[in-house]
Amino acid sequence: MSGGIGVERVGQQPGRGGRRLAAERTVLRLARPYLGRLVGAGLLAAATELAGLALMATATWLLVSAAGRPPLDTLTVAIVAVRALAISRGVLRYTERLAGHDAVLRIVTDLRTRVFASLAARPPAATDRSGDALSRLVSDVEAGQDLLLRVVVPGAAAAVVGVLAVAGTALVSPVAALVLAAGLLLAGLVLPVVATALSRRTAAQLAPLRGALAVDTVDLTQGAADLAAFGAQPAALRRAEERAGRLARLERRLALTGFAVDGAGVLLAGVTAAGVVAVALGADVGGVLVGVLAVGSLAAVEMTLALVGAARQWIQLRAGLVRVAELLDTAPAAGPPSTGTAAGPAAAPAAGPVTGEQVPDERHWVLDEVVVRYREGGPAALDGVSLDLPPGSRVAVVGTSGAGKSTLLGVLTGAVRPTAGRVTVDGVDPTDLPPGQLPRAVGGLLADAHVFHASVRENLLLGRSDADPDDLDRAVTAAGLHDWVRQQPAGWDTMVGEEGGQLSGGQRQRLALARALLAAPALVLLDEPTEGLDPAAADAVLASALAAVPARHSVLLVTHRLPGLAGFDEILVLDSGRVVQRGRHVDLVAAPGWYRDQWRLQKVAERGYTSLTA
Amino acid sequence: MNRRPFDPRLLRRVPATRRQLAVLGGLGVLTAILVVGQATALAALLATAADGRLDRVALVGFVVAVAGRAAVVWGQGVVAARTAATVKAALRADLLAAVGQRGPGWLAGQQTGRLATLAGRGLDALDAYFTGYLPQLVLSVTVPVAVLARLVFADWSSALIIAVTLPLIPVFGALLGWQAQAATERQWRRLARLGGHFLDMVAGLPTLRLFGRADAQVDVVRRMADGHRVATMRTLRIAFLSALVLELVATLSVALVAVPVGIRLLGGGLTLSTALLILLLTPEAYLPLRAAGSRFHASMEGLTALDEALSIETDVQGRAPSTTENDRKGPLSTPVPDGSTPVPDGPGEIRFESVTVAYDRTTALRDVTLTIRPGERIAVVGPSGAGKSTLLNLLLGFVTPTEGRITVDGVDLAAVDLDGWRRRVAWVPQRAHLFAASVADNVRLGAPEATPEAVDAALRAAALDEVVAALPDGVDTGLGERGYGLSSGQRQRIALARAFLRDADLILLDEPTARLDAASEAAVLDATRRLVAGRTALLVAHRPALLEAADRVLRVDDGRVTELTRPEPVA
Repeated sequence: MSGGIGVERVGQQPGRGGRRLAAERTVLRLARPYLGRLVGAGLLAAATELAGLALMATATWLLVSAAGRPPLDTLTVAIVAVRALAISRGVLRYTERLAGHDAVLRIVTDLRTRVFASLAARPPAATDRSGDALSRLVSDVEAGQDLLLRVVVPGAAAAVVGVLAVAGTALVSPVAALVLAAGLLLAGLVLPVVATALSRRTAAQLAPLRGALAVDTVDLTQGAADLAAFGAQPAALRRAEERAGRLARLERRLALTGFAVDGAGVLLAGVTAAGVVAVALGADVGGVLVGVLAVGSLAAVEMTLALVGAARQWIQLRAGLVRVAELLDTAPAAGPPSTGTAAGPAAAPAAGPVTGEQVPDERHWVLDEVVVRYREGGPAALDGVSLDLPPGSRVAVVGTSGAGKSTLLGVLTGAVRPTAGRVTVDGVDPTDLPPGQLPRAVGGLLADAHVFHASVRENLLLGRSDADPDDLDRAVTAAGLHDWVRQQPAGWDTMVGEEGGQLSGGQRQRLALARALLAAPALVLLDEPTEGLDPAAADAVLASALAAVPARHSVLLVTHRLPGLAGFDEILVLDSGRVVQRGRHVDLVAAPGWYRDQWRLQKVAERGYTSLTA
Repeated sequence: MNRRPFDPRLLRRVPATRRQLAVLGGLGVLTAILVVGQATALAALLATAADGRLDRVALVGFVVAVAGRAAVVWGQGVVAARTAATVKAALRADLLAAVGQRGPGWLAGQQTGRLATLAGRGLDALDAYFTGYLPQLVLSVTVPVAVLARLVFADWSSALIIAVTLPLIPVFGALLGWQAQAATERQWRRLARLGGHFLDMVAGLPTLRLFGRADAQVDVVRRMADGHRVATMRTLRIAFLSALVLELVATLSVALVAVPVGIRLLGGGLTLSTALLILLLTPEAYLPLRAAGSRFHASMEGLTALDEALSIETDVQGRAPSTTENDRKGPLSTPVPDGSTPVPDGPGEIRFESVTVAYDRTTALRDVTLTIRPGERIAVVGPSGAGKSTLLNLLLGFVTPTEGRITVDGVDLAAVDLDGWRRRVAWVPQRAHLFAASVADNVRLGAPEATPEAVDAALRAAALDEVVAALPDGVDTGLGERGYGLSSGQRQRIALARAFLRDADLILLDEPTARLDAASEAAVLDATRRLVAGRTALLVAHRPALLEAADRVLRVDDGRVTELTRPEPVA
């Protein structure tokens, strides 16, 4: 590793105030293609509420009129209306809910994909916690869903119902309409605003606490062995429990204020209805209509109170929404996944002719006086390294930890940009290769090789998705994992645990090596491919792995083990970013220097070992 | 699995909920009385209003009843939310404690992403259950009873209709609910899988990029998300259908009551205020049942999480004794009470007596007998996967012998207080976990009281001082959850620094120099030699250099342990 400095701060604080509702706008922008569905759902929701309101109003009218003993046929319409409304309300609600959920879930699918795409487009940052990221995709994305389903749609429906109810009342009694309007405004605007203000501060604290708790959980589960061995589990548990307790206290505080608003809402509905009755009677409204108005306004205010819940929901969603929006905004390039149709796993690396011409299998890589500085003015991690890798070359890089070996690999994979100097592949900058060709031009086994929680086969196919069983067999044999696979009851379908936890370190390394061999890019990078294996196995695996690389493909091996390098075209000894020695093995062992010293040391030690195990 | 609306295991697990649930019940009764009072007052108010008069007493009564309901709604919400918070905190603590109790062996088989989801979002879904469903469940008992009681006095024939139609709601709800239940369980599993899948994908992003698969994987995520959507919609179509049926039953019942009442009113057989009372009260009888039904669907996610959480913990309590029983079947062992024997003083002699360790698929160690004398440094060599790490895991108590036993100064390791025993052990694993804390806190893992000077010394001993000095905040630099920012060699040296800081009698090193190049290895070995001086040590070695520090060398191959004769020292 390059001097070991990898920790950097990425925590961008969102500009507060400056971008009000920016997060909501991001979500709504995503919702635009589905606007028709959303509006439809909103209208259906309004119709549902109106049907409910009309049902109670009509039934009241029916009873109060009946008390005046009119002829039965004057009531027939009302009787039919009551029954029709009773049925239509249920049907309307059913369609409304289905339509709303369908629209929102479609939007959320987009959102989820975009969140992953933008994570994929970002370089892995130091502050990127997998626990936090998990909480992001699973719950923050659902914040977007809830924003639309429980805030936007009901809000719009309540507004429509409120306006129509006031208009209808005004036809009967303008004064009563004023009372109702006041009640509706209080219920639909003031109470939600109050609820928002009360819970905003505490709610903003909930999301980070939950994220921290998720990190705690990951530390407690994935670090369980370390914690147990060092007796640190009680302390870690205490910390996590303390955090869970803090979360609980916050939630209690939110409840106290939040439900006060609920109570106020109930009171408001009743008082509005009472006010409407008193005012309407004072204005000499007909007795029948007073009842209708009273029952109607009670229902209207109760419906509008849904906005309190919506507002509360919105506040709870904010922190998550902001995080999602931040994530999406920091990666503006992340459009919808470009690979159009059959972009299934089979398409990308396998079938070469994306551009119509064959992707070359052999490449000529050249490093020309490459300098890398991670910080301006800082020490050079690579200092003028030149390297020629014609097709079929076998080059090894050795040196102490921090000499620049990983940086060299990073420059080749494109993860690290040279500060000065040039990297070319067949004469062009690797970044200028047609998209999708870089993984065919360079790849291999790097230090951070991840074994996915999937079957052995799926992990291997990641290297080359069109590999047939024979290819798999060859790769696994070359990596020395064949016997293990055969011994597993499930064979190729054996699931390897999360992070490859069901495998031993050596087996995980072999699996990753097999995958790299299967991928067989033009330049195969092997970063300590036999790490975790004992010397005898290491030599055998290295030899078979090298033999498995096609002859016209190049190999760049980073290793600490010097035996086995005799057949290499060139060996580079790196020290503090500079090439201090280079040449073939026979020449290097003949000349005084780091290489000869190390080689003698290892040979001596190894002979002792070999005599032990013989 | 039969899902009940209330899981009685909860009362046993979190006794504090008993009182809060009792309060909720009381508030439910109060609500029912107030509902009846409010409707009675409103009916009287509207009946007189029909004649153009204002009944002030009824008006005041109505407002008072409404105010009472407002207060009760507040109280109910607060109590319910507090119950939710209490339960979640208690279950989280239990869940995390269970994770600790079960140890690394169990965790390796679990998906940590799943556990993280359960402890976080999974349990948060209980909010909807406690604040939404449970109060409605109470009201669905108290309110219909109160309404029926009131209507029997006002108009028994309407009360009869309600009494007959009311049970249709739970009956239909149950019939349709079963469908929704199975579907929701599937949805929850999908969600959990999505969580695990995503964690895995994010952790493997560098690998995906290298193979040019990050874009393709975006597509996989889209497919997973789309699958989630389709599955959810399937659930919802059924879940909403049951809500539709329930709503139809309720509204048609209201119409069934209202229309005859109107007709009888027309014939003069009923007073207006009674008719209005029936109209206002009838929907109230159905409302809580329906609300409970619809919220049951919303709270099912929480109930599923609750079930999962309670089951995991039950497992802990249910399985622990039986394992112990199996452990005791070794021919040499005597039945001893578990985990209470104090650790013997001083550096003890460790003996493996015919120890066999069998996992599900493989046997890691077969009939191993071996003695480790105090102060001895033993190197363990052998091919990968041969059982070397299992030897260490046995001594750490992560694994218990399937047969045979391990003794320390003659005391069965299975019987000693494990925490006390582990205090005397320092361990450098193959792949140390870096915690989301500072470098210093990571090093202090086994010795939280250590002074900054001691931490510095440990970092120096592990040849890590220069690396740490180059970090932005030195020893206060935060390390990522997965140890981002440090190379594997550096991560390994953090683990070594931990071991240095822990003043332990027994040192267990699992290939400590596996990730180091020769020069760093020499530095670490130097330090390792100092570390193991005068202490008992078991060193799993795959690198020859480590053997020089050993007094004896053991070879593990296919679970069998053989002792190798020490070679002649090479000049």
